[in-house]
Amino acid sequence: MIPAVVQTAYIISTALFVFSLNWMKDPKTARRGVFAGVAAMIIAIGSTLVEPGIVNWDWIALAIVLGFAVGIPLSKVPLTAVPQRTALSHSFGGLAAGLVGTAKFYLWFNEGPENLTAFRMIAIVAEIILGYLTFTGSLMAAGKLQEVKWIPQRPVTYRGQNFINIGLLSIAVIMGILLILNPLQFTYLFPFIIILALLFGILLIIPIGGADMPTVISLLNSYAGLSAVAMGFVLDNKLLVTAGALDGSSGLILSIIMCKAMNRSFTNVLFGAFGQVQKGAQTVEQRTVKTETTEGAAQILEQASSVVIIPGYGMAVAQAQYRIRELYDLLSKNGVDVKFAIHPVAGRMPGHMNVLLAEANIPYEKLVEMDDINPDMAQVDVALVVGANDVVNPAARHDNSSPIYGMPIINADKAKMCFAIKRTMNPGFAGIENELYFAEHTFMLFGDAKAVIGELVKQLSADLIGTEK
Amino acid sequence: MFNLAKMLLIILLLNIPVFPAESSTPQSTDFFSMIFVFMLATFIGLGVITRVSRLLHTPLMSLTNAISAIAVVGSLILTGSDYPSYITWLGAIALFASMTNIVSGFLITDRMLKMFKSPSKASGTGKSKEDKK
Repeated sequence: MIPAVVQTAYIISTALFVFSLNWMKDPKTARRGVFAGVAAMIIAIGSTLVEPGIVNWDWIALAIVLGFAVGIPLSKVPLTAVPQRTALSHSFGGLAAGLVGTAKFYLWFNEGPENLTAFRMIAIVAEIILGYLTFTGSLMAAGKLQEVKWIPQRPVTYRGQNFINIGLLSIAVIMGILLILNPLQFTYLFPFIIILALLFGILLIIPIGGADMPTVISLLNSYAGLSAVAMGFVLDNKLLVTAGALDGSSGLILSIIMCKAMNRSFTNVLFGAFGQVQKGAQTVEQRTVKTETTEGAAQILEQASSVVIIPGYGMAVAQAQYRIRELYDLLSKNGVDVKFAIHPVAGRMPGHMNVLLAEANIPYEKLVEMDDINPDMAQVDVALVVGANDVVNPAARHDNSSPIYGMPIINADKAKMCFAIKRTMNPGFAGIENELYFAEHTFMLFGDAKAVIGELVKQLSADLIGTEK
Repeated sequence: MFNLAKMLLIILLLNIPVFPAESSTPQSTDFFSMIFVFMLATFIGLGVITRVSRLLHTPLMSLTNAISAIAVVGSLILTGSDYPSYITWLGAIALFASMTNIVSGFLITDRMLKMFKSPSKASGTGKSKEDKK
């Protein structure tokens, strides 16, 4: 039984964790949340270390030092790489849960099989399946996001894929049940469950494309939390259960938000293999798009009274955030009301665009959610689409043959005029033609987002100096 | 805020073992009170997380990441206790993984949150690196 002092410390930690998340409701108090979290963690670790059973100090010190050695560089990655860092840390979380579950199983087994009660076995089986599948699944997701060479970026699909995936998971679960019912007779199944869970994690992520990453990362976040909960059940530790449940519910809510923002269900994301070039896309007749020069666009922007910039993952790829900030400064100085319309699934993880724009010093009041900006879009003079594609495709509203039909979009087409910066006319991740580009008042600015916005800035600053004289 | 306080009270009460160790047999684990804690903590989590600003979803994820690395507690006991060496090994790897998450999770969350500025602070200050080029 855990001593009372340690229990008290765990209670304080739990309360601090709840406050920590509570303070995340506003950017003004959010940093306080981090301090509360750190304090909770220090209290929890400190009180665990004073427990009498701890003797291997050298091992603990070594692991902690290594943890710092890897953790500090991981916290310094560029913000465009935050999605893969997050996926990587989900995989570490899953690995820790899996290893602790494995260790506990063999420990109890060797100490005496009477330790392996049904409840404990249920918890251990849940912990290792969740833990190891989160480990390999998140590792795959991180690899895809980092664009590691030997991991296919495009979704990989084959016939009977879902059948194989679900089959593998079912076999693992059946083995788990056998193990729970009779741990002594079926002990040999334990390693097989681990292998199946590891394999399932990989196969689950293989068919998933870049546009689905925000949902998948959130879902893996949830799994990582749940594996911590299962660990809490195994170790009879309520702090683990509460902290894990907070993480699990956070991942769940984010996944729900992401799914809603794409008008898709969990099963559809996990088993639907979005992102293959859809049939029918080729049958679209050749339509022409209108292009505009940066000089012309700069003039129109200068005369506008309200501009909404719609960023997408392409902005992050082109590293155009700082150029956008310059554009924002120039236009604001000129009296133009500039806002940013953020689609929930823009980028590769929830809230990705907000962080990138905040890094470029855009005040957060200017970052507006899709639902808040859509009613005003008709009054907007210019919508400037930077590296976003599917999230501004009007086909989602009316074309029920389109794969993205029903997905909520930012109504860039309703603005009085729309500029879309794009490298080429290639369809985006989902392989769908974007009707917006063919709309009457849409003009394309072809080129690299960073270069095009740089040009716009140059034109605008020249014009503005000209008018001041 | 009142609701939050009430929820906290519930969770605090549930954390206190109602039936203190009657016996140290393996069966003594009170799973139902654990499930209770899990259920209530999930509800608190859902309540708190829905109110998190959408601006902060990326930092939220890295923060919850660090928080769920509380698994460090389990890894510490496994690594530190006098168990066979293979258990120590497994524990040490788990401890390393959790520590990495704690350190990088909290640091990167704070780093991102520092970037969120209100207009008064953001305007004029903090010229980007790119400006100098």
